[in-house]
Amino acid sequence: MELSGSEIIAQFLKDEGVEYLFGYPGGAVLHIYDALFQADEVKHILVRHEQAAVHAADGYARSSGKTGVALVTSGPGMTNAVTGIATAYLDSIPLVVLTGQVPTAVIGSDAFQEVDSVGISRPCVKHNFLVKDVKDLAETLKKAFYVASTGRPGPVVVDIPKDITDPNIKIPYTYQASISMRSYNPVIKGHQYQIKKAMELILRARHPVFYTGGGVVLSNASQSLRTLVQRLGFPITSTLMGLGAYPASDDQWLGMLGMHGTYEANMAMHETDVLIAVGARFDDRITGHLEHFCPNAKIIHIDIDPSSISKNVKVDVPIVGDVDDVLTSMLKLLKEDQDNTDKEAIKDWWKKIKQWRKKNCLKYNKKTKVIKPQYVIEKLHEVTKGEAYISSDVGQHQMFAAQYYKFDKPRQWINSGGLGTMGFGLPAAMGVQLAHLDKTVACVTGEGSIQMNIQELATCLQYQLPIKIINLNNRYLGMVRQWQEFFYEGRYAMSYMDSIPDFVKLAESYGHVGMQVDQTSDVEDALKEAFAMKDKLVFIDFITNREENVYPMIAAGKGQHEMELAPDSELV
Amino acid sequence: MRHIISILLENESGALSRVAGLFSARAYNIESLTVAPTEDPTLSRMTLVTRGSDEIIEQITKQLNKLVDVVKLNDLNVHGVHHIEREMMLIKVKATGSKRDEIMRLTTIFRGNVIDVTPNSYTIELTGTSDKLDAFVGAFECDTILETVRSGVMGIARGNSALHA
Repeated sequence: MELSGSEIIAQFLKDEGVEYLFGYPGGAVLHIYDALFQADEVKHILVRHEQAAVHAADGYARSSGKTGVALVTSGPGMTNAVTGIATAYLDSIPLVVLTGQVPTAVIGSDAFQEVDSVGISRPCVKHNFLVKDVKDLAETLKKAFYVASTGRPGPVVVDIPKDITDPNIKIPYTYQASISMRSYNPVIKGHQYQIKKAMELILRARHPVFYTGGGVVLSNASQSLRTLVQRLGFPITSTLMGLGAYPASDDQWLGMLGMHGTYEANMAMHETDVLIAVGARFDDRITGHLEHFCPNAKIIHIDIDPSSISKNVKVDVPIVGDVDDVLTSMLKLLKEDQDNTDKEAIKDWWKKIKQWRKKNCLKYNKKTKVIKPQYVIEKLHEVTKGEAYISSDVGQHQMFAAQYYKFDKPRQWINSGGLGTMGFGLPAAMGVQLAHLDKTVACVTGEGSIQMNIQELATCLQYQLPIKIINLNNRYLGMVRQWQEFFYEGRYAMSYMDSIPDFVKLAESYGHVGMQVDQTSDVEDALKEAFAMKDKLVFIDFITNREENVYPMIAAGKGQHEMELAPDSELV
Repeated sequence: MRHIISILLENESGALSRVAGLFSARAYNIESLTVAPTEDPTLSRMTLVTRGSDEIIEQITKQLNKLVDVVKLNDLNVHGVHHIEREMMLIKVKATGSKRDEIMRLTTIFRGNVIDVTPNSYTIELTGTSDKLDAFVGAFECDTILETVRSGVMGIARGNSALHA
């Protein structure tokens, strides 16, 4: 088959099984758009800003497990995409981002809409390519998908100069189903000796705890994790990125750990003697002050990325490999060994944990007239029966969603954990909804974050995406305000949001349904009404308590055991 | 501690900037870096000299290995590896009157070669460890030296073991 560069791109995406392409046209990608238009195979979603294209592809990838694909033009198209690319990079999400480039002959001449895309993206991609010859195009695209989706996943940028996509230059094309690269061979199988050593530690443990992260979700290891944890009877906590990999409704679940984690999770971490870290990377939001981190623990660390191991915290038994593969091997060993855990010690350990649980650290006063953001999330959980896909933006609302929406399934919770990108929620929800057309999708956001990509309401209308937007509107950049209250003596520099739009009218002007709720007693009915509108996007503006804080909290630089609980937590 | 890391990487545009970018992004230091294609033109061989604690060197090698363009690498300063290192220097010095003989003698002592001569100057080629080159530079008075250029360190392991793709 003889095809031009632009036709190769269209044909390759089809052959690779790409369902959606999120993008925005421009000069350098016009040939590609023309070919896509004529082929009409891959569904193209026209966003309203390139950042949203990448976030939408990202939301699609996180919720489906497939590689997300975005297409943007050169120059500003590419620079707008960078925030999306960095977001995916920090959370290890498989993406392929195709960026247009000026023609090869003028690269380096400061041509119109030229930027050094490979240079700009280099520090925030897993890998990137500049295609210099149309003959390399198909193979480069294959490599991009291969690198993005294997090992520790991540975004890959393919920069394509306009002349490479010239419709008049045709070359033979065949789809290559698989590819190997001599310089890229991720380790999948864990080392058996290390796994044995880990199991010995696990069976001797008296105060063990599982600390799991996004790697469990990425590796689709939820099932093996559940089986292993339940067989052992150990407590389990997870990072923000790992929520849902283990069911929050299960009794062995301690809740999230870290800066805004539960009292029981952080105390268990502090007193554990064997920490089993699975697909988590000891981020500073988890460890707090490193000197006080798990002071008594032997640490087992399972991760596919060798550079994650002993980066922040020195570990005792490192296991490099795919999480699911390693957990499956552990389960096999456990079967051979039967159940030799120290049952008495584990029983005592649970007694201690139950004491911590009694603090009921997520308690809050539900009887206020003014709406508590926590209450909205709890009701959201009830009304959606815990089955909705929840995307979030970044800030207090994100923490409330993580704490109060009890996620039971992996890939149900979609948020920007590593980079903390405001403006992620709505475009990510679009990707989620497209990946799951018949499922309920809600975007938990705040009046600050939602305005960072509000223009995507138009995209939602164009493609009839019935997302429910839960806007926790406290007229403040809540998390910034909280830090200013705690650490800057209440000087609220620029954290007050003035001139907030009328979100009801705003939603309506984009052709959606807008609602506003300002009393606790109306929250449940409003949610029921909104979610009953199956084919409509509904924007619910909840006017919430202005100066609500997220608790518990470990201040930056403090140890895990130095949590601050809500001041009125014992009273309510 | 000082470590010499030998890296075999794809001979592709941008590969060098990936390595250099990694060092600046993660605040590691590079003392010297030299790179050129190998006998296999699809591969480049890089020798990189850096300094750091054991933990930092471990992270450096892991992060380098993670770069998709890096095919293989070898830390020449780990336990059990013996290595040879060489650096080359071209040095141009003032050479007039009686100084000309003295500089010739010095060059012979250091096993260097004079590779260019003018009535007022010599250009000398010298190969050895970085220490030796430093010593040679130290043997001249400051105002004698007109110009120096050094290649950066190259290293290779002793014995039969070889770094190849």
